Amino acid sequence: MSHSAVLPARSLADRLTGTFWRRPGLLLALLILPPLLWLGVVYLGSLFALLLQSFYSIDEFSGVVKEEFTLKTYAELFRAQNLDIILRTVLMAAAVTLACAVLAFPIAYFAARYAKGGWKAAFYLGVMLPLWSSYLVKVYAWKLILAKEGVLTWAAEGTGTGFLIDGLLTIPGLEGSSLSTSPFGTFLVFVYIWLPYMILPMQAALERVPTSMLEASADLGATRGQTFRTVILPLAMPGVIAGSIFTFSLTLGDYIIPQIVGNSSRFIGLAVYQLQGTAGNIPLAAAFAVVPIVIMLIYLTLAKRAGAFDAL
Amino acid sequence: MKSSLRLMGTTTLALLTGLTPAVAQVTAIGAPEGQVNIVAWPGYIERGETDKAFDWVTKFEESSGCKVNVKTANTSDEMVALMNEGGFDLVTASGDASLRLVAGDRVQPINVDLIPSWNTVDDRLKNAPWHTVDGVHYGVPYMWGPNVLMYNTEVFKEPPTSWNVVFEEMTLPDGKSNKGRVQAYDGPIHVADAAQYLMFHKPELGITSPYELNEEQYKAALDLLRQQRELVSRYWHDAFIQMDDFKNEGVVASGSWPFQVNLLKSEGQPIASTIPQEGATGWADTTMMHVNAANPNCAYLWMEHTLSSNLQSDLAVWFGANPSVPAACTDGRGMSTAESCKANGMEDFEKIRFWTTPVSNCAQGDGACVPYYRWVSDYIGVIGGR
Repeated sequence: MSHSAVLPARSLADRLTGTFWRRPGLLLALLILPPLLWLGVVYLGSLFALLLQSFYSIDEFSGVVKEEFTLKTYAELFRAQNLDIILRTVLMAAAVTLACAVLAFPIAYFAARYAKGGWKAAFYLGVMLPLWSSYLVKVYAWKLILAKEGVLTWAAEGTGTGFLIDGLLTIPGLEGSSLSTSPFGTFLVFVYIWLPYMILPMQAALERVPTSMLEASADLGATRGQTFRTVILPLAMPGVIAGSIFTFSLTLGDYIIPQIVGNSSRFIGLAVYQLQGTAGNIPLAAAFAVVPIVIMLIYLTLAKRAGAFDAL
Repeated sequence: MKSSLRLMGTTTLALLTGLTPAVAQVTAIGAPEGQVNIVAWPGYIERGETDKAFDWVTKFEESSGCKVNVKTANTSDEMVALMNEGGFDLVTASGDASLRLVAGDRVQPINVDLIPSWNTVDDRLKNAPWHTVDGVHYGVPYMWGPNVLMYNTEVFKEPPTSWNVVFEEMTLPDGKSNKGRVQAYDGPIHVADAAQYLMFHKPELGITSPYELNEEQYKAALDLLRQQRELVSRYWHDAFIQMDDFKNEGVVASGSWPFQVNLLKSEGQPIASTIPQEGATGWADTTMMHVNAANPNCAYLWMEHTLSSNLQSDLAVWFGANPSVPAACTDGRGMSTAESCKANGMEDFEKIRFWTTPVSNCAQGDGACVPYYRWVSDYIGVIGGR
């Protein structure tokens, strides 16, 4: 009677456990398969389906989508009115990102380096609180604040500074009958809505800058300005870039704010929304949707070249 | 020989007609199936859930034994898509969807003899071209409404007589320019309003329908819209944003719907509306029946019910629209009155050109007209200042 050192397999579950033990790769593959499918099919799959649509074109006469590959739809993006939309959106996104960065840096710096205990909690609450209320409510509220008969104009007239707003509204490109119908109003609301997305990653990055480095910098005789430029800013750059990716891409894709505040000029998101609806021009809508993707890729490449990710 | 040929001919014809389901229509109403599935605009079929006073479903369910299931759709495209999918019996289709549904064989002819109230329908709607094709009825008229000119009564002591207040730069009765104080609809169908204005003021263009424009007429309409862009500080899209702009943004005139006019009036705002001399565009909806409707008996019962004057009367008030049954305005069975119908434009039917989707094959010839998708891209350009 010989006894094997290995116990005989008793059930299917045992055998399965054995297989997994012998081939750890298999278990890993099984565990990762569902999320991979999710990423591959739901995320990238839908993206490629979209990309595919943009290579179709719309028949000039019947308005029916022709399922033949062509670059005609992309050529349409270069028509003056469509280029206007792209340029307008990119300019707005750049301006909003810049303004957010300038506004957010001091706030994030203070919160990361000086705020302690209760203050820190209050700071977090202050930044996050607006995020918890409805996005639409905030935009509508801003529409009222900026309106011709809104509180801002009223305050400006009361203090005799109404000429400032009037002057602003005569600047070419920013014209409107009030702030709420001017592109400047759209800009203000964008900055307000996306600011928290800039502050939070910036603050996280600033908190990780070791105090010892600042001390070393001071010991080596650097002025405050030099320390800021050569130590703090480069180390905080990944946070700034992360924040700017949020504000930039969110502005590129938004279609609610320009619909409510501003002079009704189209932005990319709004154009996509309109083209895929009653117009049934899915190919052009898809081509428009590819634009922000391309712009973001260019943006990330430039950021990488500039060394924004070196400190990661 | 000759007679046998004729016999063969008639037999083939009989076979053909017998085999074409699109021509078949219901000849008698049988026992109710217990339910009816309807695709409708939001707010069109109310069962007292939004406001207790507005309920035209519960009583119908009790008396007919047909449970009403409603699927709301927000655009005409959505409606067409849902009807293409199937599984529905009825749809409340607007003029830009109804002919598409007929052309696509998605809806079936209606036997008006089975709808006792058919003779109460407005004579102006009975044979309307958006539901009657080659003399065959493909639906029962439901509601219609005009796109009126809404104005501020403090600025306009007299109602404006022309749409020029929103198209041409001018000094308004209060002595100030209309620049930045007027609005226009933020949808490409607004090109039709411009075309209708040109129809009146530039007859040399030869526009016969604002929805059928050749290249030259279309260009003239776009030029007018570019001129309008200079006057408009913001285009309106959402009814409530427009109401807010009339209250807080100093807007004094704009194309609008009776819905906004009625709501603003009820808030005590100095607002009124008119249909100027050029006429107006408008919309008209029809209840249509799916070609493969699973519940035809309940569907017919519902269509009959939609014409009952108390439903029409209450719905007209609820939606700021006009009943398809004129008696609904005056017989006191619902909330409508002769005044409320007049306010919604009941008397202005002749002045209204109802919405249809512009297609390239039009009365001017195949491929002669500018199709809707170009209206969309060009209107985007106009709003963007091109």
